[in-house]
Amino acid sequence: MSRLKRIFQQISRYPSAMLGLAVIALLLGIAIYTMVTIPYSEAIRLWRGGEAVWGEYPRTAKPVWTDWLTRDRLPRSIVLDSRTSPAVEKTAQGDPEASHRQTLTFTFDYPYEGFPQELVIFMEGSYAERRPHASLTWITPDGREIRMGEMAVRSAETYRPGQDSRLQRRLRGDSAEIGLFRDPEAETRTAIKGTYQMVLDVDLFEPEADVEAKLVVHGQVHGLAGTDHRRRDLTVALLWGTPVALAFGLLAALGSTLTTMIIAATGVWMGGWVDSVIQRVTEVNMILPFLPILIMIGTLYTRSIWVILSVVILLSIFGSAIKTYRAIFIQVRESPYIEAARAYGASNGRIIFKYMIPRIIPMIIPGLVVSIPTFVFLEASLAILGLGDPVLPTWGKLIDDARSNGALFQGYYYWMLQPFFMLMLTGLGFATLGFALDRIFNPRLRGL
Amino acid sequence: MADVPMTSEAVSPPRERGRTSSSTFVRVFRYTAVRLLALVLSVVFGVYLTILVANMGGAVDDIRRGQIREGVAMMLSMDPELRQLSRAERDALSAEFIAIAEARFGLDQPFIIRSFRFLQNALTLDLGRAEHLTSDSGSREVRQIILERLPPTLVLFATANLFLFFFSVSMALFLSRRYGTFLDRMIIALSPASSAPSWFYGLFLILFFAAMWGVLPYGGMVSAPPPAQTSAYLLDLARHMILPVSAMVLSGIFASTYSWRTFFLIYSSEDYVEMAKAKGLGARDIERHYILRPTLPTIITSFALMLISMWTGAIILETVFNWPGLGRLFFSAINLYDTPVIVGETVVYAYLLALTVFMLDFVYVLVDPRVKIGGGRGSA
Repeated sequence: MSRLKRIFQQISRYPSAMLGLAVIALLLGIAIYTMVTIPYSEAIRLWRGGEAVWGEYPRTAKPVWTDWLTRDRLPRSIVLDSRTSPAVEKTAQGDPEASHRQTLTFTFDYPYEGFPQELVIFMEGSYAERRPHASLTWITPDGREIRMGEMAVRSAETYRPGQDSRLQRRLRGDSAEIGLFRDPEAETRTAIKGTYQMVLDVDLFEPEADVEAKLVVHGQVHGLAGTDHRRRDLTVALLWGTPVALAFGLLAALGSTLTTMIIAATGVWMGGWVDSVIQRVTEVNMILPFLPILIMIGTLYTRSIWVILSVVILLSIFGSAIKTYRAIFIQVRESPYIEAARAYGASNGRIIFKYMIPRIIPMIIPGLVVSIPTFVFLEASLAILGLGDPVLPTWGKLIDDARSNGALFQGYYYWMLQPFFMLMLTGLGFATLGFALDRIFNPRLRGL
Repeated sequence: MADVPMTSEAVSPPRERGRTSSSTFVRVFRYTAVRLLALVLSVVFGVYLTILVANMGGAVDDIRRGQIREGVAMMLSMDPELRQLSRAERDALSAEFIAIAEARFGLDQPFIIRSFRFLQNALTLDLGRAEHLTSDSGSREVRQIILERLPPTLVLFATANLFLFFFSVSMALFLSRRYGTFLDRMIIALSPASSAPSWFYGLFLILFFAAMWGVLPYGGMVSAPPPAQTSAYLLDLARHMILPVSAMVLSGIFASTYSWRTFFLIYSSEDYVEMAKAKGLGARDIERHYILRPTLPTIITSFALMLISMWTGAIILETVFNWPGLGRLFFSAINLYDTPVIVGETVVYAYLLALTVFMLDFVYVLVDPRVKIGGGRGSA
């Protein structure tokens, strides 16, 4: 315990190490928070659940914080559901036993600059024989009434004003997203701020018939991280990318370093054919192309991130690190305390695990910490090549999605920059700590 | 991250183990023979493993069989004359066609036998014909395909790697003389930035310089259509190289300068350097004879490994920048299960690596009088 305390005291003298530790702590915090609040199954549902999950989100909407960079307040999404929202007024006229009329009034405030991305009205009719008939009217803050469209309502009806060409003609060529909100007098297209109303008049022809409706005004910004081309909330992927990246990096770095160390120590201590076999395997492995083999595994066998992780560890075990450790162990082998252990009859296993390995642990910790981001980026690299895990949302997959869906060409920079930021934060956090530890643990570097 | 083999075993002089050498010639000959044998075995194993993986241990054959079957069925159904044949006749005909096609691809033999033939062909550098890929000139020869992709890779990676290498070594020498200065501390502080790979910086640079500001191209090697004049062509090529080269330099420069600097610093704190300083030798002389000289083996190793690493190109960087090099070739070969191309590229790399490792042993003897060939035990 006191040793740990001493190491920590040493670390605390290096501001860069403290910075790295703080970043890692932050990432760990995010990872734990994510796993507690969004369990694995819930994350998969949110990421792969289909339109039901993300239908109300706008498509490729910027994150809310982009507002802070400009003075404009970009439109948020507005969702009004006649079943749940108090902002929808439902009134009925006429005899409920025969044909009668229902009026649903959707009232909402629109205080934003710019126009919404899309308008969608979802209607659900319940009837036995004759479909209810709906007609929609739009009331702007300055009191103009715009007739939108009329239709028979089936059990599930979707009306997209933006695709209604007759409405577009009535709006003098503007699409509904602009025409319904713009000030017709103004030269430039500016949205009128204020309270809008959409009135849905439904003629019901049966006593039991009913219509419920939902108005969705898709904004230009959504959530903390924006949305992608399938309307999915990127926050989920950014949050869940954290535990995945940390687990992948830590497991790969720990697994490969520890195994390499044990194998190198065994080879050096046993000598003879054990040592030469290890050497030969290492040389064969250095010829094998690392990334291509991973790609082949991904293409030909499986894309599960955990299988890939095991292959990464397996291929890294017999890497160039084994030669480095070997060189250190050869020196350790000659130390007097090893000879002493031998003299009292310690077994091979005892010497390797109790005397040789503990000796070099301080020397390898910096390298281990520095190698973590390498593996984190490796996971992202595989995702860029389209070999990411098909189920889990990861940072690499976000970058890949953004790249393959033209985020760069269409200016959806947030889509790529956010996973970039997370990757860079992870990389810098571990690398900064590792470099500082290198100076702490390797006395030869301390003064340098 | 740049890999500076600081504790490379070959660099530290092997300790004599009390064995008096018989004669120098026999010792060198024996060492060379053993070393060559070990390297050849490694190459054979490595290439064979690659053949096994690239063929999925034979499972790719089933994919090929399926493709042949589908092709034959399509062919038969498209031919109006054959459609009039009876079902039995058609089945017989299709079986015959399939057998011919399978024999043509060698699929009539079991995979294990063919795998050894693949190995033999690969090792004799008889790279054979690709199954799906063709060179831009239309050739199916793997040799042609690889030779066509080699120049773009070499142009890009030679520029970046040579610059990176010489700049970081000379910068590190410069910094090791004045460590603790602002510049030195800045390099130390920036070195964690190298934890990100070059494609990462590549995408970053594309985002700013191509997408946001539109001053440089998104990718590719030349504009379409390529300029006719040689000077204009070269200028265009240089314009397309700015971003990928900067990406590689950005991702490599800090850590590589940092580790070379530390490496030189360790050597410049040796007693003989202090001694040379005390003798009043000039800074240049000390650098050349007392710091660079003993570190030469490491510098040469690093340089040689850097040179052969150009052969593989970089799969992701080339993909990100749409660069028509060997890395992208490899990637498309994997996606098309084009094993001859995969094996061809790997075997050439394996030979280059083995040759370099072999030559390095002799280079060490030339540049470091302390190293004796076959002098120590277990000098692998």
